[in-house]
Amino acid sequence: MQSTESSFENLRKDFPILERTVRDNKHLVYLDNASTTQKPNQVIDAITDYYQNHNANIHRAVYALAEEATEAYEKTRDKIANFVNIKDRQEIIFVRGTTEAINLVAYAWGRSHINEGDIIVTTEYEHHSNIVPWQLLTQEKRAKLEYIGMDDNGELILDDLDKLLATGKVKLVTFSLMSNVLGTITDAHKIIEKCKAAGVPTLIDGAQAVPHMKVDLEQLGCDFFAFSGHKMLGPTGIGVLWVKKSVLNTMNPFHGGGDMIREVHKYETTWNDLPYKFEAGTPNIADVVGLGAAIDYLTKIGMDNVREHEIELTKYAIEKLSQVKGLHIYGTKDISKRGGVISFNFADVHPHDVAQIIDEEGIAVRSGHHCAQVLMERLNVAATSRASFYIYNTKEDIDVLVNSLNTVAKVFKL
Amino acid sequence: MSSNADIYHEMIVDYSRNPINYGEIENHDVTFHDSNPLCGDSIDIDMKIDDNKVTDIKFHGKGCAICMACSSVLTEITKGKNLDDVRNIEKNDVLSELGLEHLQAVRIKCALLSLKVLKSALYTYIGKHLENSEDVDKLKEEAANLY
Repeated sequence: MQSTESSFENLRKDFPILERTVRDNKHLVYLDNASTTQKPNQVIDAITDYYQNHNANIHRAVYALAEEATEAYEKTRDKIANFVNIKDRQEIIFVRGTTEAINLVAYAWGRSHINEGDIIVTTEYEHHSNIVPWQLLTQEKRAKLEYIGMDDNGELILDDLDKLLATGKVKLVTFSLMSNVLGTITDAHKIIEKCKAAGVPTLIDGAQAVPHMKVDLEQLGCDFFAFSGHKMLGPTGIGVLWVKKSVLNTMNPFHGGGDMIREVHKYETTWNDLPYKFEAGTPNIADVVGLGAAIDYLTKIGMDNVREHEIELTKYAIEKLSQVKGLHIYGTKDISKRGGVISFNFADVHPHDVAQIIDEEGIAVRSGHHCAQVLMERLNVAATSRASFYIYNTKEDIDVLVNSLNTVAKVFKL
Repeated sequence: MSSNADIYHEMIVDYSRNPINYGEIENHDVTFHDSNPLCGDSIDIDMKIDDNKVTDIKFHGKGCAICMACSSVLTEITKGKNLDDVRNIEKNDVLSELGLEHLQAVRIKCALLSLKVLKSALYTYIGKHLENSEDVDKLKEEAANLY
């Protein structure tokens, strides 16, 4: 696929929801992609086709349907391996989403590897899903949770990491590859290099990065990596946890139940092979199939093209929004260091009021703390408005957003 | 109301810009804080209570225009009332004052956060001065049924 704006314009027809109108017959301008993305027909059809033609439980039965269902389910595992460059498919565990993935690590790895006095390091711009599981774990284990701070440009202060690593007590460093509020792209290579030198494992929350840029796990060299399907055109309720085999082998199961066992006796059980040891119960088969279709769709476009398109949009949006009097954009303006997520505040108008007024124009932006209250505290704001882009967004969408801010200014007499 | 944006009429915007009874009471008899977990809005209410009557009330915190306007109106309604009357303030007393009776569900919590804080403050105060445990249970039940 050519990386021209017209080819991106063309793919809008794959997304039926973009044809609908909202409120007073306004075209939908969907700018909440950091929250969840819309689904193309290819994904919707794959799920429908699964239920209409192949639905059966996987891994056990020998009849034709079960074989087809199992094949479709397992095929997605291979697609994921290709998509983010994982050599060993046994390291890929299906979960509900990034939140469950991180909780799985906190439970199944954390409980046997973290002890009193140990330190877990996270960052000031994490989503609650990469803070709260570690609070629960460190409180239970009498360990400590420490933060890598953020500078006024929205970038991490890596000196903080050096100081923490120097204590010799750090047992895990966890960070998002892209901030869901500021769009900052974390310098993962530098963090992982430092952690490796200190012998400390790393976990990456890839929920915002994987949908928007090429991610190569082999090259990154972290130990744990998590992402969600619904932020990359896939269905809700399906996500991926990847864990390096040598680490996975040291982990206890997360949930006990069917499919994760080899043999169950009255008082003891042996575990199934990887990754099934961590996939207890009937999994979300249909949505795994849907995620496979989403990966096919993105692969066809090419992740470098996706990134390029979003750089274009982000550049345009920052330029246009910067011209709006009284509007403050958070985070770096260096496009090479940020994804297509723009958080802003408009004069003294509360983000909820901004969101409600521009909703009348059919614009969907997010307002609030974006599940990042630690970051809101750091920025010293209660909330921000956030516009976030994806492959189907256009410069016209941004024009509609910028124009709608005039209405806000009028209502609030700015 | 035809459009949701109509809620941003003059009064709401004015109240949000110049809130009434905004601030703190240093020697308050009761204070309460609560926040809205969905949006991070956060309100504190301080009250001075003499002879079973709210002689002074102030609020402070961060919130959207709806939240600020409703807090202003609520404190105006409450000031000077005796505690039984405060106990009987209902959500429509606040909403109707600002023409917000038809506010969409997602914003109702913005409008009523201060009422929740006020009632909690009131129950805290009454609870401290109650001797009969049955009354305390009744109070708790009333508080639980507020929303």
